[in-house]
Amino acid sequence: MKAFSYERASTVEGAAKAAAQTPNAKFIAGGTNLLDLMKLEIETPSHLIDVNGLGLDTIEKTAEGGIRIGALVRNTDLAADNSVRRDYGLLSRALVAGASGQLRNRATTAGNLLQRTRCPYFYDSNQPCNKRQPGTGCSAIGGVTRQLGVVGVSDACIATHPSDMAVAMRALDAVIETIKPDGAKRAIPIADFHRLPGDTPHIETALDHGELITSVVLPAPIGGKHIYRKTRDRASYAFALVSVAAVIQADGRGKVAVGGVAPKPWRAEAAEDELRKGAHALASALLADARPTQQNDFKISLTERTLSAVLAEARG
Amino acid sequence: MQFDTPATSNPIDQLKVVGKPIHRIDGELKTTGRAMYAYEWYDPAVRYAYGYPVGAAIAKGHVIFIDSAAAKTAPGVLGVVTTLDVGDLEKGKLNTAKLFGGSEIQHYHQAIAVVVAETFEQACAAAALIKVEYAAEKGAFDLRAEMTHARTPDPSTEPDSSAGDFQAAFDTAAVTLDAEYSTPDQSHSMMEPHASIAAWDGDKVTVWTSSQMIDWWRTDLATTLGIDKEHVHLMSPFIGGGFGGKLFLRADAVLAALAAKAIGRPVKVALPRPMIPNNTTHRPATIQRIRIGAEHDGKITAIAHESWSGDLPGGGPETAVMQTRLLYAGENRMTAMKLATLDLPEGNAMRAPGEAPGLMALEIAIDEMSEKLGIDPIEFRIKNDTQVDPENPERPFSHRDLVGCLTLGAEKFGWAERARPGARRQGNWLVGIGVAAAFRNNLVMPSGARVKLDRDGVVTVETDMTDIGTGSYTIIAQTAAEMMGVGMDKVAVQLGDSRFPVSAGSGGQFGANSATSGVYAACVKLREAVSSKLGFNSADVVFENGDVRSGNRIVPLAEAAGEDGLVGEDTMEWGDLTKTHQQSTFGAHFVEVGVDIATGETRIRRMLAVCAAGRILNPITARSQVIGAMTMGAGGALSEELAVDTRHGFFVNHDLAGYEVPVHADIPHQEVIFMDETDPYSSPMKAKGVGELGLCGVSAAIANAIYNATGVRVRHYPITLDKLIGDLPDVA
Repeated sequence: MKAFSYERASTVEGAAKAAAQTPNAKFIAGGTNLLDLMKLEIETPSHLIDVNGLGLDTIEKTAEGGIRIGALVRNTDLAADNSVRRDYGLLSRALVAGASGQLRNRATTAGNLLQRTRCPYFYDSNQPCNKRQPGTGCSAIGGVTRQLGVVGVSDACIATHPSDMAVAMRALDAVIETIKPDGAKRAIPIADFHRLPGDTPHIETALDHGELITSVVLPAPIGGKHIYRKTRDRASYAFALVSVAAVIQADGRGKVAVGGVAPKPWRAEAAEDELRKGAHALASALLADARPTQQNDFKISLTERTLSAVLAEARG
Repeated sequence: MQFDTPATSNPIDQLKVVGKPIHRIDGELKTTGRAMYAYEWYDPAVRYAYGYPVGAAIAKGHVIFIDSAAAKTAPGVLGVVTTLDVGDLEKGKLNTAKLFGGSEIQHYHQAIAVVVAETFEQACAAAALIKVEYAAEKGAFDLRAEMTHARTPDPSTEPDSSAGDFQAAFDTAAVTLDAEYSTPDQSHSMMEPHASIAAWDGDKVTVWTSSQMIDWWRTDLATTLGIDKEHVHLMSPFIGGGFGGKLFLRADAVLAALAAKAIGRPVKVALPRPMIPNNTTHRPATIQRIRIGAEHDGKITAIAHESWSGDLPGGGPETAVMQTRLLYAGENRMTAMKLATLDLPEGNAMRAPGEAPGLMALEIAIDEMSEKLGIDPIEFRIKNDTQVDPENPERPFSHRDLVGCLTLGAEKFGWAERARPGARRQGNWLVGIGVAAAFRNNLVMPSGARVKLDRDGVVTVETDMTDIGTGSYTIIAQTAAEMMGVGMDKVAVQLGDSRFPVSAGSGGQFGANSATSGVYAACVKLREAVSSKLGFNSADVVFENGDVRSGNRIVPLAEAAGEDGLVGEDTMEWGDLTKTHQQSTFGAHFVEVGVDIATGETRIRRMLAVCAAGRILNPITARSQVIGAMTMGAGGALSEELAVDTRHGFFVNHDLAGYEVPVHADIPHQEVIFMDETDPYSSPMKAKGVGELGLCGVSAAIANAIYNATGVRVRHYPITLDKLIGDLPDVA
């Protein structure tokens, strides 16, 4: 770990401003991913701005009938919140499918969105990685790729986004609210929040330097059956091989996002027109542009089979 | 004491203390954090420095240049020791790959430097400033690709065995099986990383470390450092798991010793978790071919087991065929091992080396064969049971109750309710049960101990035996209490110190039986000393309730000890009984699994192990060993695999996030039954090993249960969902 300086921010404006003043500053909240990465010197911030004292830890109703989730609401608290369990069961289920109890107690809503890939080549600083060191090449391609992405990937990077929570939020059409160092606020639909790697896999989100997530807004509840299905090798504390977040209405229409297959929570609204035709049609539409490797080709059929299980559960 | 005739009755047979379910005596120290593990040794008067290791970034080649200038001037840095600085060091006798010293790189993450600083963080930060220039060489990293170049290994490994005429019998057998299986490289993944603190006093060094085998480490550390063995003092009283990963000297001890010498202060070095899988040893992958021929009635007439594995030059094979020489009858048989040169990290022992991967294959093959024959797999195994060494029928087993284990297990588990493959469905789950035989040879090792009796009547045992979480402290105390006729509260046990008599150490499931036998021998000496001092005839003396009694004379032990106390010391040595009689342990594993019909995820529902392993010294600690082993077998069946990057030659998933050992949610109710038996051929304790038996066969029982659930036969571990879904029913 590289030595770093540290400050505690007391206002959101102050936090964003402080970040803008130090080129290599990072916000730290739960630290469940950042600290690990700092120990391995995959992240090497020279300055940490601790945002844990900013409040931002409440869940409130919005005028539109939805909820506004503070950036610092811990994963455990979010999963256990009554309004979330009642109206957004999908989100609650996705959260408890992730990490471990100890990690969820510490991890925050904003931090979860910003966690970085678990690609093993990203984690081994002896190996070239375009995400870790732009321009060095991707050592995962041609290597051990069973866990890695099949769709939305590029020649520069085939890493996946590891979050469960973000997959549910993608299906729920969440909006991410931020503040910039100049005090400007903006709302970013989650569809636009995570970026595909293209030639610049090191740029993972739409956030500008110093821009701080303050909350995540969910639109008014849409009813339907809320299902989160995570397929993995071991029963807990494992990243998804494939996960499906779905809200299925009584008429068979719905919203579906898939995790574990792409550099971002994977959803194609157009593909949802295929929902009522069944899992095969839906999976084919969702993964139409898939470019799997020999080792992770199984994720194509696993996605279809997991979708099939989800649709059966929705019917049942 | 020489053990060369079967045990008759002795004080252990009283079973007042031995055999009782006594909680581990070191439990309170561990649960309250007062058991000091290697990295935690702390003397307030000492200023410890922190060493952080640097591992090679290539798998094979040479280090040309190490630029440590920036590291040396980084904040807090006290020194940097590089592999080029120290030059070639003599390799420990038991190490295949060298641990440190010189320019040659034999495997990825081989230690090439240690950076020492005032704090751990400073050392870690400075280590990242080291720049290394390599001359990389092409290596061989893919076992399957190297199979054709594999050679017969050293004769000492008994690579080939045969009896009768296998080929002829197989060619004419009524029913045959010829199948290939594979097991991946596996990592020990013990909780406590390899860690050492070294402190020099002149030319003598004291090392607190995490070692299963004190004397092996002491000898090899002295060799590597080029100093007299008598100048090395090793201590390892508490160990957070080993599983074979701490049998042999590792780099942390060498780096700590060299760094402490270089800076003139005690230095701590722990291997960072992501360095462990490639820096240390692992269980090597195997490719196995099994052929079985049988009559229609299920009698095996021909059985052959061949195994291919790889290792660095000078290494040995994974002895995956060994159990096949002994487990089932059959007049015509052969086994063969082939060893390829691989430039991966050193392959070496991991819990039940040989039998664990060997049974992963063999016990699937037996399941397949019984299906071909249309015979129940338990009946098939019973039909081919043998009470003699099948290669040498003159040589009987000392005691063998595989049949009892299978029969009792079948009854307890509800085997009779087994459905045909793929026929049992509960909701979205395909449910099946599977069985496998467990088999592990019972090894014995010379083991010494010193037992002191003091004026308070307290019995203190000193031996360099280790307790790697197994319960050695407790069973040794039970043995001494039984022998000296005192309560557990009057026994103290000191372990893991090279100043104590050399013991068996912990490995090969020989620790419990061998080390308690050593304590038994020392206690016999102490009993003689007590009798002699009191003028008693040792033949009719009785030790009980803290007293010594002969006829109507009763003397408290404390009084017998006198002001100066008494000492007994001895080493248990082993005669020919392991040669005249085959000593092995047996068991049966039963598993029920559910396989998700859509996703192919396997979740274990029930596990039962029935073990026949001689006298069980303590049913609590023995059960803990077996359920831990069953858990390891679940990982081996379903998720554990060191993924090899065959381009660059390293294990890619080199941390506990990527190498998936089971978590609590993976492990259901586990039941363990011990057969009530003794084996007088094994030792005066009449006990045998059990810590590895619990792992042997588990993974195959799971594989067979998956087959029973789904009708899909997977012969390549781990049995992950991608190997199943292509053959599961269509669910769309």
